[in-house]
Amino acid sequence: MAHHNPDAPSHLKHYFHDVNQQYETSKFAMWAFILTEVLTFAGLFVAYIVYRSWYPNMFIDAHLLLDVNKGLMNTIVLITSSLTMALAIWAIQKNNKRLSVLMLAATFIFALVFLGIKYLEYSHKFEVGQLPGEFYSYMGPDAVHLNNPHIFFSIYFIMTGLHGLHVAIGMGLIAWLIYSTQKGNLTSEYYTPMEMIGIFWHLVDLIWIYLFPLFYLIG
Amino acid sequence: MSENMKQNYLNHPKGIMSWLLTLDHKRIGLMYLVSGILFFFLGGLLALVMRFELAAPGNDIISNEIYNNAYTLHGAIMIFLFIIPAIPGALGNILLPLMVGAKDVAFPRLNLASFYIYSFGALFALYTIINGGVDTGWTFYTPYSTQSSSNVVPMTLGIFIIGFSSILTGLNFIATVHKMRIPGLTWYKLPLFVWALYGTSLVQITATPVLAITMVLLMLERFLGIGIFDPALGGDPVLYQHFFWFYSHPAVYIMILPAFGIISEIIPVHSRKKIWGYKFIAYSTLSIAFIGFLVWGHHMFTSGQSVFSQIVFSFITYFVGIPTGVKIFSWILTMYKGQVSFTPPMFYALAFLFLFTIGGLTGIFLGAVALDIHLHDTYFVVAHFHYVMQGGTIVAFLGGLHHWWPKSFGVMYNQTIANIAALGVFIGFNGTFFPQFLLGLRGMPRRYATYDEQFVELHSYSTFWSGILGISIFIAVMNLFWSFIKRNKVDPGSNPWGGMTLEWTHTSSPPHPHNFEEEPVLQHGPYDYDKVIVQKTYKK
Repeated sequence: MAHHNPDAPSHLKHYFHDVNQQYETSKFAMWAFILTEVLTFAGLFVAYIVYRSWYPNMFIDAHLLLDVNKGLMNTIVLITSSLTMALAIWAIQKNNKRLSVLMLAATFIFALVFLGIKYLEYSHKFEVGQLPGEFYSYMGPDAVHLNNPHIFFSIYFIMTGLHGLHVAIGMGLIAWLIYSTQKGNLTSEYYTPMEMIGIFWHLVDLIWIYLFPLFYLIG
Repeated sequence: MSENMKQNYLNHPKGIMSWLLTLDHKRIGLMYLVSGILFFFLGGLLALVMRFELAAPGNDIISNEIYNNAYTLHGAIMIFLFIIPAIPGALGNILLPLMVGAKDVAFPRLNLASFYIYSFGALFALYTIINGGVDTGWTFYTPYSTQSSSNVVPMTLGIFIIGFSSILTGLNFIATVHKMRIPGLTWYKLPLFVWALYGTSLVQITATPVLAITMVLLMLERFLGIGIFDPALGGDPVLYQHFFWFYSHPAVYIMILPAFGIISEIIPVHSRKKIWGYKFIAYSTLSIAFIGFLVWGHHMFTSGQSVFSQIVFSFITYFVGIPTGVKIFSWILTMYKGQVSFTPPMFYALAFLFLFTIGGLTGIFLGAVALDIHLHDTYFVVAHFHYVMQGGTIVAFLGGLHHWWPKSFGVMYNQTIANIAALGVFIGFNGTFFPQFLLGLRGMPRRYATYDEQFVELHSYSTFWSGILGISIFIAVMNLFWSFIKRNKVDPGSNPWGGMTLEWTHTSSPPHPHNFEEEPVLQHGPYDYDKVIVQKTYKK
């Protein structure tokens, strides 16, 4: 059997030839995974398109019930978090551990702010009954004339909910990155996990960039 | 025999934990094989219960309610717990890294995780059975699936979870094919089974996410009444069918492409002849994978589609016939003037050619709108589907097991019994399902426990032969496992069929724990029977 090269770095798995092959394989698989994520959301985007074309006027009027300022704030927060994520990778490439951890922590906090704002939005909707399907009970003057508004809120909650779940998972991954980087496991020699999670985080950002105009800015 | 050759992945390392926590693709493949076969028998048992109920027109053995549960569970278990996970999971896992000369798949930990995710999902399916079953049919069509009081949620949750296992295995295989090949093993030198697994994996990672989200929407519909599929709340139940078939039609190719790959390996080896049309077969795999995404509407010709969509979906459906025909003709031309030996794997491959061709051609019948309006939801569809899935995929799977059995486990089964069982499968299968074409043409609807007197003759034929089919499959599988229990060992250097791919030429039987003692150097292409002589070596 082929013995492990004693000079090989500790992060190199025995079934790879070299560090480069291992890195390329991870990156390739990560992009393939991104494709599956895109297709997961694609199903929901199709549901959105179908029902918006069925109820064009209801969608336009129902979207006025969303808080566009909070949506805009969240867009800015999430785009900024993508920047700090990219800076964290840049910093670790320069072997600047302190800056990298700082930037990861900033990304984590922005993600938390995003979910906080989302919580405020959701709780308001729960209070007034702008809810999915059977749970919809809002009868305000701006909504009485709407035809099946609960469909809009079903799609809104499912899509933003699944996106929010991705933000929460991303926070867990970023927390793990902060720990590993602080411990010195990630360096300019080997920072593949940070790059992969970075790709994931940009996807989360990108999906929101589509969700924001489709829900908050139509009409 | 050197000391090193005695050490193989089955006996080293030892201990139950070394199996449960193994990262070795061959061991994971074996675990998939065992669980897959168990579900195959469970699904088969349910099929026999249904056939015996149908031996006579009335409710003789089971009630309508139990019958509804039986066909739902039969379909769901066979598709989601056996065929989809087991062929890539078992044969794919064992063979893919060997065929590309790698020490393992790209992500061994992820591979083990896939197996446990599959097992976890399977628990939900088992819970469904114990808790009283599910009666919606394996397609879970709304609005009934949102109203049925049976276990729709546990079953769809199980399928949702197993979907992740499917996606992760697909990702792993794609990365392995792209990045783990040994130097010199270019795309056109890959064995065609690798191409087939690659095409399968592409469909797995692109279609399965849509199934996952569909199952989530269905569960939310039940829990929260979100109204997306509920007409009373302004939703559309037909949208469910679109979502479901957007996955489940490509899933048909997840199920059949690996079978094509197996046949592409068996036929040249057992005919000792270079495969005819290598690139045609390779690209037809990819084009089937692609066209498979554009034809889902042909499941919905009677669901209230516009005439325009019907024509478009029907037209595109015919295109699937082209790459499939290319494959069939290439295999037949490979045998032409070859040294065909009638070994058990070859018997299954020949049975496959015969049965799959019938299955494929009747698929063209059903793809024609005018005919489908009459044949929709009749036994014609049941027969077509089984000619493709059982006559195609499962026959190829059995062929593949017989082909790679001595390689994977270092033991040889009784070939005479294997041939007799293969013949029994072939005859029993035709006896069971051919009458169902006639039943369907005469208007017998599917999914009923009782039927009109006029159908009794054909139904009782079908039931009689289904018994023969069941017994033959049981004998075939037991014959394999018996060789394992009896330790009917072959010499580790054996190459009983004279295979030319790396798993035959560069590693022992069963393979070394790290696949190859040293990294293999490619000396010839996978089917170069015209250039190189590979001896058949089979010693006990």
